[in-house]
Amino acid sequence: MSHWVFNGIRTGIKTSAYPRRPETAAGVTPGLPRGRKLDAGEAKALMDTCPAEVFRLEDGRVLADVRRCIHCYRCMRIAPHPALWEQSYEWALQPGRETGFVSAFKKSINICVVDAGDCGSCLNEVRQLNNPYYNIHRLGFFITPTPRHADVLLVVGPVTDHMSLALQKVYNAMPTPKLVVAVGVCALSGGVFAESFACAGGVTDVLPIDVEVPGNPPPPLAIIHGLLVATGRKAPVDMPATPYQSGGSGP
Amino acid sequence: MALLLKEQIDKRWPDQAKCTCTGGPHLYEITCARETLAELCGWLFIDMRLKFATLVVEEASREWRLRYIFYGGAGAVWVHVLASSPCSEESFPSIVESVHAADWHEREAEDMFGLTFAGHPRLGDFILHDDAWQENVQPMRHHFDPQMAIRFRKPAADWRPHRIVQEEGAFVMPVGPKFSGATESVHFLLETVGEDVIRFTPRLFYKWRAIEKLAEAKPAGRVLLLAERFAATTAFAHGLAYCQAVERICGAEVPPRAAALRIFLAELERLRQHAGAIQEICESTALVVAASGAGIVEEDLLRISGELTGHRYLFGMLAPGGLLVDLPDLACQRALRGSQQVLRQLEKLEARLRVSSSFLDRLEEVGLVAHQVATAYGLLGPVARASADAHDLRREHPYSGYEKFQFEVPSEEEGDGYARLRVLFAECRQSVRIMEQALDTVAGGSVCRSFPFRAGAALGWAEAPRGATFHWVRLDDQGYIDRYHVTAPSFANWHGFHAAVENFAFQDFPIMLASFDLSVSEADR
Ligand code: SF4
Repeated sequence: MSHWVFNGIRTGIKTSAYPRRPETAAGVTPGLPRGRKLDAGEAKALMDTCPAEVFRLEDGRVLADVRRCIHCYRCMRIAPHPALWEQSYEWALQPGRETGFVSAFKKSINICVVDAGDCGSCLNEVRQLNNPYYNIHRLGFFITPTPRHADVLLVVGPVTDHMSLALQKVYNAMPTPKLVVAVGVCALSGGVFAESFACAGGVTDVLPIDVEVPGNPPPPLAIIHGLLVATGRKAPVDMPATPYQSGGSGP
Repeated sequence: MALLLKEQIDKRWPDQAKCTCTGGPHLYEITCARETLAELCGWLFIDMRLKFATLVVEEASREWRLRYIFYGGAGAVWVHVLASSPCSEESFPSIVESVHAADWHEREAEDMFGLTFAGHPRLGDFILHDDAWQENVQPMRHHFDPQMAIRFRKPAADWRPHRIVQEEGAFVMPVGPKFSGATESVHFLLETVGEDVIRFTPRLFYKWRAIEKLAEAKPAGRVLLLAERFAATTAFAHGLAYCQAVERICGAEVPPRAAALRIFLAELERLRQHAGAIQEICESTALVVAASGAGIVEEDLLRISGELTGHRYLFGMLAPGGLLVDLPDLACQRALRGSQQVLRQLEKLEARLRVSSSFLDRLEEVGLVAHQVATAYGLLGPVARASADAHDLRREHPYSGYEKFQFEVPSEEEGDGYARLRVLFAECRQSVRIMEQALDTVAGGSVCRSFPFRAGAALGWAEAPRGATFHWVRLDDQGYIDRYHVTAPSFANWHGFHAAVENFAFQDFPIMLASFDLSVSEADR
């Protein structure tokens, strides 16, 4: 069995430099749309292509509420005046007041993950966090099976009717201080499942959210950013308020 | 066989069943009297060795229409058995006595529509949990009003887990819906008298999002978003099956370039999903270096997908009529080179695993599925192929041009965890082989041809990474959805999973679970 040891060592270090340095590898993020300056007619065409009502027109600018984006790429691939696209991954927002996680253990955080009806992809991206590429242990984050040990509740999925009670029980079983990180568009607003009578349409209706991570699904780096924001080690972005950037490159 | 089928049915049931050949030489519709339904379906399933795909229930204005879809057999046919009854008559004979694979389908129809199936051993408490909803909530009925259902909510107060073992000292160990690290929500009832799991009952549908209801009265393009997103680790395969159903209804042709690229992407997805499954198996045996190695490969493939299409799970590529966007040849070549490299890593990993006795000990003869069990339950995908059921839609009912490709359908005899692992590795090799051919033969030209919508209904199918997926779509002439019914492979595999885990020790359970590569979101919808 010793060949495993040598093999492991030979693989070398794969781990991302983020958050010390930005990650530059290709394919680590699906990106997010940005608003742009368009006249009323063009803007209407753009808004009509988006099935998730991401864009709105304000003072001659198209603003993008990226928390609603479901990554269908229609705004970029079929709209006559496509939205701008940004290959970022630091997406986490803090909807409420600055929470200031008052814990002595900012660098040793246990995370309890609850699947409240996700499609499997958010959870798969959470799984990647323990992958050598991301290895969240180096940042002091640990996924724990039990709520009793958890500081952070990470929720994915639109909160189905059948999962709502289980989710609340997990939250109640966690000791304080505790934070809720909602990961993925479905956890934020229900995503494509928002209208379903069998879903709550996001975590907000059930629990208070401290950190929101948009994306369908958010890539692992965005989830890491969310966790860093939750523990006060990175600043949240303020995306809905600054959706417009002039310049920028269109596709 | 095809001709035989019609002749034999005419001979056996001259008055009770009428078999017509509709739409092409391989599609048969049998209109069947209700009394004969069970006998005829049993004959198709057992004597003719057809597979059971799905049961589609439709509520027409005056009558119930049930459509039992069978496929395969020696002639690679599709057989739709149709039964109907007036709306007031809500009972049908159950076919499960001879077609065991239809068990969960009838339970689903009972829960969603309020139909009863006379002779079914266990109906109720399936999709709609009895401890969450009252009786007589029938969400798929046209007149269903969610407001009323929610307002007059009255769950059964005396709900108790289903128990089979009545031995003295027997107890039920409940697991989930939240259990372990980052796992999908599902509940298991493990019945035991000590060390071994004697009976296993999964309780699914914690993640039920009612996507079939959600799809109703929505435009076809919008429902594609749901088809991709209800079980997104295999988004492309489900989206593809859905698009093919819509295209079949409207008689639309997909441009050759789009057809080849669809195959390329479908195989890229299979490769990635299989790498993920291999990672889970290694992790379940606590072989950390191997799990890390497979994890690196999985992330590599996610990045390759992301770089090629913009999205790590291939969202936003499909469109009814082709693809939403063309992919440059150079980028495809790059993705192929990346995939070939990944395959070499996987082969190295496989060679190492083969000689790791402590790893093999945990997989061999664990989670056994006998061939008869696999066929009776209608297991699908790599799980079935590891039990010598070498069935593959790409081979037998090719779509998107798979008939032009050279590839093998790997299968194994043993039906244990190790056989399933070997099938996964072998399929990875075949996927890369198909990707190579797809790029060798890909033509130029456009990638999408738009088409006018037509009223009608059709089945779309694809061999998803976990097995065959079936999407039944009925459209109106404006291109809005009347009925959407999805049967994903994990639905069948969850049904048969209990046969693999029973009479094994508790500590093998996670390994058996990983080796089945089950998706809860696929089954729950
Ligand atoms: S990708 Fe789709 S959901 Fe996101 S903004 Fe563009 S059109 Fe809207």
